Formats: sequence, C-alpha cells, structure tokens
Amino acid sequence: MSLTREDVTYVANLARLEFSPDEVTALVDKMGAVLDYAQTLSELDTSAVKATEHVLAVQNVFREDVPKPCLTNEQALANAPESEAGCFKVPRVME
Amino acid sequence: MEYEMVIGMEIHVELGTKTKIFCSCPTEFGQDENTHTCPVCLGMPGVLPVLNEKVVEYATRAGLALNCEIAHFSKMDRKNYFYPDLPKAYQTSQFDLPICTGGVVEIEVDGMKKDIGITRIHIEEDAGKLLHESAEGTLVDVNRCGVPLVEIVTEPDMRSAEEARVFAEKVRNILEYTGVSDCKMQEGSMRFDVNLSMREKGATVLGTRTEMKNLNSFRALVRAVQYESKRQIIELKKGHKIIQETRKWDDTKGVSSSLRSKEEAQDYRYFPEPDLVPIVIEKEYIEKIKSELPELPEAKKQRYIDEYKLPEYDAGVLTASGVTARFFEEAVSLYDEAKQISNWIMVEIPPLLKEKELTMENIPIKPAQLAELLKLVKDGVINGTSGKEVLKEMFNSGKNPDEIVKEQGLSQVSDTGELEAIIEKIVADNPKSLEDIGAGNEKAYGFLTGQVMKATKGKANPQVANKIIRDVVAKHLG
Amino acid sequence: MELSQKTIHEINDLLEKKEVTVTEVTQSVVDRIAAVENKTAAYLNLQTEEALRAAGVIDEKLGEQKKRTPLEGIPYALKDNMCTQGILTTCASKMLYNFNPPYNAHVYDRLIEEGGILLGKTNMDEFAMGSSTENSAYKITHNPWDLNKVPGGSSGGSAVAVAADTAFYTLGSDTGGSIRQPASFCGVVGMKPTYGLVSRYGLVAFASSLDQIGPFTKDVEDCALVLNAIIGHDPKDSTSLNLEKKDYTQTLKQGVKGMKIGVAQAFFGEGLQPEVRKSLEDAIAVYKAMGAEIVDVSFQYLDYALSAYYMISSAEASSNLARYDGIRYGYRAEEYDGLVDLYKKTRSQGFGEEVKRRIMLGTYALSSGYYDAYYKKAMQVRTLIKDDFNQVFDGCDVLLTPTAPTTAFGIGEKTSNPLEMYLTDIYTVPVNIAGIPGISIPCGLDNNGMPIGMQLLGPILSEETLLKVAWAFENEKGLKNLKAPLETEV
Ligand SMILES: [Zn+2]
Repeated sequence: MSLTREDVTYVANLARLEFSPDEVTALVDKMGAVLDYAQTLSELDTSAVKATEHVLAVQNVFREDVPKPCLTNEQALANAPESEAGCFKVPRVME
Repeated sequence: MEYEMVIGMEIHVELGTKTKIFCSCPTEFGQDENTHTCPVCLGMPGVLPVLNEKVVEYATRAGLALNCEIAHFSKMDRKNYFYPDLPKAYQTSQFDLPICTGGVVEIEVDGMKKDIGITRIHIEEDAGKLLHESAEGTLVDVNRCGVPLVEIVTEPDMRSAEEARVFAEKVRNILEYTGVSDCKMQEGSMRFDVNLSMREKGATVLGTRTEMKNLNSFRALVRAVQYESKRQIIELKKGHKIIQETRKWDDTKGVSSSLRSKEEAQDYRYFPEPDLVPIVIEKEYIEKIKSELPELPEAKKQRYIDEYKLPEYDAGVLTASGVTARFFEEAVSLYDEAKQISNWIMVEIPPLLKEKELTMENIPIKPAQLAELLKLVKDGVINGTSGKEVLKEMFNSGKNPDEIVKEQGLSQVSDTGELEAIIEKIVADNPKSLEDIGAGNEKAYGFLTGQVMKATKGKANPQVANKIIRDVVAKHLG
Repeated sequence: MELSQKTIHEINDLLEKKEVTVTEVTQSVVDRIAAVENKTAAYLNLQTEEALRAAGVIDEKLGEQKKRTPLEGIPYALKDNMCTQGILTTCASKMLYNFNPPYNAHVYDRLIEEGGILLGKTNMDEFAMGSSTENSAYKITHNPWDLNKVPGGSSGGSAVAVAADTAFYTLGSDTGGSIRQPASFCGVVGMKPTYGLVSRYGLVAFASSLDQIGPFTKDVEDCALVLNAIIGHDPKDSTSLNLEKKDYTQTLKQGVKGMKIGVAQAFFGEGLQPEVRKSLEDAIAVYKAMGAEIVDVSFQYLDYALSAYYMISSAEASSNLARYDGIRYGYRAEEYDGLVDLYKKTRSQGFGEEVKRRIMLGTYALSSGYYDAYYKKAMQVRTLIKDDFNQVFDGCDVLLTPTAPTTAFGIGEKTSNPLEMYLTDIYTVPVNIAGIPGISIPCGLDNNGMPIGMQLLGPILSEETLLKVAWAFENEKGLKNLKAPLETEV
C-alpha cells in the first residue's frame, strides 16, 4: 500500500495544515515509511478481539451539578491574539 | 404522479442542568459575552472534562419518557472539525453507543393515531455563538460552549408537515413535563433538523434527502417542510435529481437555499473520548428514575377526564403544556369547579396573554387569584361580564380580584328594592315591549334585561333582575 | 561535595538537623545553574529569583514549626508541558510561545502544597513528541555526560537538570518512554507510574490514553519521596484512580530475596548495543546473587507494540492538538486570507515538522476508510499486548529489560529518519500501551562512558515492588554516586 500526494493533500486539509510541494514529497516518503511499518498490524487476525479504549476498568466518574466561579472576561481573553467587545475575534466565517 | 414526503427529524434539546456538561460553569442564558467560561470550556491546553451526573439522569429520564431502551453501557466520543464556535476543535458527543435507543412516540393527526419511532438519543455539548458577522470579522462568545444537549433522532416515519409539527410539539411537551428542559424555543433550548425526501406514493425505497438545520420554531418547521417538499416535487417533475445536501432555511424570506460548502464531504474522524470513562447504568438506577418520573401528558389527560369530568377537548388543551396543567391543577385544588376554571383558562386568558405578549410561563396572575375571581362570579358577587373586566385589571395591576371589585364598585346589585324601582321605570318607559310580551313575544324580555343592565352599568344580578322584570310585567299586564 | 549534588533525602537529613537552611540549599542549586546551564541548556524558563525568595519564606516558617514535610524547601523543576499560572507554559512550541495559563496543573498544585520551590520549566521535544529533545522550537539540550550527545526525550530537559545537579528532582511526562529513555541516557532514575495514578489535569495533552506524569530523581529513595507527593485522586481528571495513598518509602528496603524477576528474549533482540546487553546480564547476576529467582518469560505480540503505539498516539494527538487554531490563545499567523487560511497558516507556522508529521499520521489513521485498518486495529492490538503482559506477570513479579536499545546517540544523528528515531522507543512503548508502571535506573556505562539504563516493569499498581527491586540493585551496585563529568571541560 502506498501513500499518494493526493492522500497527503486530503489529510492536510482535514488537519488544517498546508505544505509546499517539496514538503508533500517528504511527507509521502516519511509518513509512508511509518504507515508501511504499521502495516505489520494487518498480519494479525483481530476479528474476535475487543478494542481497549481504557487500560483500566474505571467507569461512571461524575461531577455534582454545582456551579463554581468562572474566569472573568479579562482572564478568558487574556491570551487571545485578537479580541473585541469582550469576544474573541476571527475573520468573517461565512464566505 | 402522486408524491409522498418522508420526514425524519433530529431534535436538539438543551438540558436544564445548573452547570455545563463537563465543567462547573453555570448554564444561565443571556449573560454578558465570555463571562461564563473556564479553562475547560475554553478548551485550554491540558484541561480535562468531568461528566455532570445530572446530564446522565436527565438523558435517562428523557429516554424513559420517550419509551426508549436505556443502554447498560455507553461511552463518549469525539467528533472532530474546525469551527470558531468549537474551542477544542472537537465536539464531545456519542457515536456508536448512545445512552438511549429504540423509543416510540404516538401522535394523533386528523383523528388518526400513528407511532413515530425514536432511533436514538445521545448526549453531547453545545457550541458557542458567533456574533456580528461582517466583513470586518466575527466575534466569538464561548458562554454556550459545553451546555448539555440531548439529540433525539427519529426514524423517517413522518409523512406531512402536520405530522412533523404534532410530533415536535408532543416531544417538547413530554420533555417539559419530565423537567429535563425548559424547552424555551426563543432561547434556542430546542432546535430541529429536518431530513426530507419525496417518493412516489406507495414506493418502498427512499428518495434522496436534504437536510435543513436549526429550525427553531414550530412555525419555521412547518413552513420549511412545506417549502422543501414543494421544491423537491418541482425538481423531480422537471426530471432533475435531488442533490443530497444541507440547506439553510431563511424564515423571514420563507425560502431555503443550498449551504454550498466548499469543503470536502465531512470526515468527522469519530473516535472514543480517552479523557472520559464509560457510563454504565444498572437496572436499579433505571427503576429509580422511572419511579420518579412525573405523570406524562397522556396519563394526565385521561385523569382530567376521569377525575374532573372534563370533556376530552378541554383535557387535551389543558395538558398540552406542563405549565398550563400545573396552573389548572393548582386552581382546581383551591376551587373545585373544574369546568369553569377550564373555560376561563381556554377562553378568557389566551387573548389577554396575547395582548401583553406573554405566555403561560410568565403569566402575571397566580392560580389562587383566578380561583378567587371565579368564586366571586359563582357566588354572584359580580357577574360574568364584570369578571372579565376584573381579570383584565388583574393582568394590568396584579391586584387581587376582591380589591379590584371594591375599588371599581363592581359588586352586583342584588338589592330587590333598588332593582324594583329601576325596573318599574324601565317598564313604564317602554310600553312597546309590554305590548309585545302581551302579544306573546318572549324576546322582548331580553330587551328589558338589556335596559336594566345598561341602567346598572352591568352590575345587576341577572337572575334577580329577570325575576323582578317578570313580576313587574305580570303586574302591568294584569 | 556541593549541596546541589546531594539527594533529597540527604538534604532532608541536613535540614532536619538544622545544619543547612533552605536558602543555602536553593542558593547552591542557583549557583550550579549559573555555572552549567549554558552548557546543558536544560531550562526554557528560569525562576531563580522567585525561588530564592520562596526559600527565605520557608526558612522563616521552618524556624517556628517543628514538623517538615519531605519536599518542603526542596528546589525542583517542571517539564514545560505542565501548566503554571503566571509562568509561561510553552510545550517548547512556537504555537504557545506566549501562553500564560490561568490555572495550575494538578501536580504543580500538589508541590506548592508540599512547599516545593520551583526553579523553572525544562526543555522538551515540542508537545512531547520526540526521543531526543531536538524537536524543541527553542533550544537543543545537551547530555551532561557528553555535550555532543542528546539527552533523550521528550523530557530531556528534566532528565538533564537532575543529572547536572541543576535541580534536586524534576517532573516529566511519559507517553511512550519520554521519562524512562532520557533517564537512561542521562544516568538518573526516572519512573512512569501506572496510568491514572498521577492526575493529568494541566498536563498539556499529547496522547490522552498514554500520557502519565512521573519523577526524575538522583536515586530510588528520592523517587519514592517524590512519587508520594504527586500521586492521589484528582476529581478534575476522570481517569485518575481513587485509591488510598501509599508511602513508598516504607517498603523500599525490604530486599528481593525470593522474588521472581522475569527476563524476556523479546527485549534482547536485534539492534541491542552489546555493552547494554552485557550490562543487563551483569544486573541479572546481581539480582541472582541477592536471592531473586530469574525466570524466562515470553511475549506473543510485543513486535506489534511500536506500530500500535504510533497509530494510537498520533490519532489522539491529531485531535488533542486541533485546539491550537490561533483564536483563543497562542500563536496566530500574521498574514492570512479568511478563516480557513488563518487556521492553515497559524498551524503550519506554529507547529514544528515532527508535530505536523504526527498530526498528519493521526488524522490519516482516523479518516474514513482507514479507521478500521489503523486506529481500530491498533486498539485491538492494545488488548493483545495488555493480555500478553498479564500472562507474563502471572509468572514473575517484575520484568527486567533494557530501557533503550542503545546509549545516548549524537545530536543530529537521527533527525532525518523519523522511523529510526521511533525505534529508540521500542522497549518503552509497550508499557504505555498496557498502562503498567515502569522505572529506569542506571546500571552501568558503555565503552564511551555513557550511562546505560535498566528498565523494571510490573503489573498495574506495582510501584511499591518496582521501587523495592530498583533500590536493592542501586544499593548493591552503588551507581548512584556516578556523576556526569560536567566539571571536566569538554
Ligand atoms: Zn467552563
């Protein structure tokens, strides 16, 4: 199985990353090598094996429905690259 | 060719918890932007979610009320996509193992009963709000991020806009009754996504469907369904294929348009949320929640018919919303005249609410006040006409009915002496009526009663007045 | 010997006897930092002034109170992926170059309560992705045993600070070996506790189901002391275990007589540096001599651990790192055209090459059409590996392995070949896959005088046993007195 440039471009868009043509070439190569290595997994028949989502059998961890103090508006926005009128600011969403 | 529409729905309902689903921020509506946030709901680096126990309880309650199976084992998953209202760039939701499955809701349209299947109910978090979208940019408010939601997914069982509306109203009603949500449409506590396709009547395969998102009123739901079904029929008649797409409903213009997405087909990359552990619900827990479930609309309606001897119509109207039913029950517990109370709630109150742009949720009078007013009418202290005036004044001033009656001097005149004098004069002034009665025209009595009411400004006790009129007329006619 | 070179428990004895003050202890480390930090570059951010001020406060307090807690007044450092309110937390990434968290990591809160003195934040591979600390966006950290070699990673700065005596202890995080491998490369003790034993709240997530915080210390007794302080249930972390607290120093010195120590061929295969093999064989002999029983054990699925690890960790990382979008905090690209471009430019400029590669790998493994073949398959293999370990621990108390196939490699040696770099984690990743605890302790030096690490593994929550077994060896061989030759100029 080999990774194509199209695969890389498709995945890059999903991950909101962009790469120059040279970088795409390098990724096809380096990601491809890791994926080929991971192909060894397909040797195993795991059809009857349950997936492990959590290594420990912890379940039903809940929090009481009791409000606690929030951050102030200033604290919430303190790290924001751009803010206005108490809000985070981004470029127009609908194009 | 005759077409039939096939409708399935996804209903998002905000749960009425005090805090958000994964953090302890309050869920209050209408606060200043970005004042109900913390590192968790802001999606800051390294923070972790902890599930609100009430969310599980409310979802279980909703599931039971909609006749679902409650899953013994369910889990949370991540739905990954980028959007400025989604701080973590994934929505924590449930994918393959939702908390409830396989429910059913019975609806009645045009006297026909029908079951609408509920495929599943899952829990998830709400997103934030985008404000003031302009060329300048968009502002993001995170307050709503993490408010708990249930998403109710139906089978494609509905066949008309009316069925969709009745179903949606019934679900709203049930959820409001069970107390899992206030279902305030105007605050976006309940939103509908509609999947609609058309097919030749009698066909078994489904046509290509479109999806309309975020309809937030029953009116919008009905209009969107009507518009979209017509649009699809026109397309099909032209021989065009329906494109599977998401469409945006514009309620002001009354049209839907394609949300032409430049994006690739969505690839949400769902996977199990490693930061949250599975939810395991035991039978005992389900039994406990079941035993705490309040009486649901169906049962309540039947009880109103049996216990209060109300007509089915009245019982239906009164139980159509939990708030109305609660108002009625409180009034009837203070004043045992169910039908009278029912009449006033169904006939007199709605126009007053409408005038003031209020609903039963924020009605300015208390059930006890209505009960008191109706007692005054029943006891003959005031007549029905005055009663309506008093009710109006109660809406305006919030004063008690007895106060208003006193202030405005609305007590009925039942004093026979005073009435006799008035009536003598009226009969004397209207010889024509006397003549008519003498000739056997009973209708003339009504005219005389009207004159008495006019003379007393409506305060005459009608029963007493009628008796005196008959006595005086008899005397004159010899 | 300078105070800075001593262990925590040695300093504790001196403080107990009032022979030194916390200020003197802190000053000694601050001086040491001034002397060697320019060579090792372990720190991204130093808080030495604040540390000295805090030391003065604690001295005053200690004058009045009788009882001192074991970490009170002991200077330490945190890996820069643990959130510290008021102190930048960068994850060694340009993406978080200016991030000032309005909250603390649970472990930082714990150490504040214990009276610890924070010296600063240590360098790491960006977002903890790497095995050499060369993926830091800010600096290269040098191995104090040979400044031309890497310290290992991703917690390289934390390992070096302890090895170079610029902190008495440090915390690191271990997703696939990021504590144990640098501990091995730098000749210090490093432990990855059982998943869930230490709260992850405020640890910037790499791979949520694998990440675990643990200590770097100069010896095993110190490791027990630090572990005592950082474990415990945290209601803010749903995966945090709710257990009674233990005192790991109680059982530390009980010896290994009669214990079964497992040795598996799978850990001594191809690619193992001969001196490492030799050193491990010597260690086995030492245990035998101390009365432990050495048993052969075998694995069925270990060969698949590294593949499963890279799929699971990258998939989780792709989702965990999606929040860095230039909107609420951190870096935002200066020029962009619209929202999607803002995302793409910000993320492409803010993340380094390795981080981007893992995000790509993880996104691919989760994307429609590949989920079953990669992600789901890896989660199933995870079950097989977990079962494999369970079966192995039916036959032995602990498993003895090399921590890494080789000693520290040269700076720049493996940067061009990610797969080769990934292979250096081959002995450590299965541990995270299974969620079990592991400790790396020094067991010798190779021909170039570089430290060799021995890894001890046990079943879930066997920290007590691991520390006991590790202490017995350390006590017998006396390697804890081996110091990095930093003084002799390089
Ligand atoms: Zn919050």
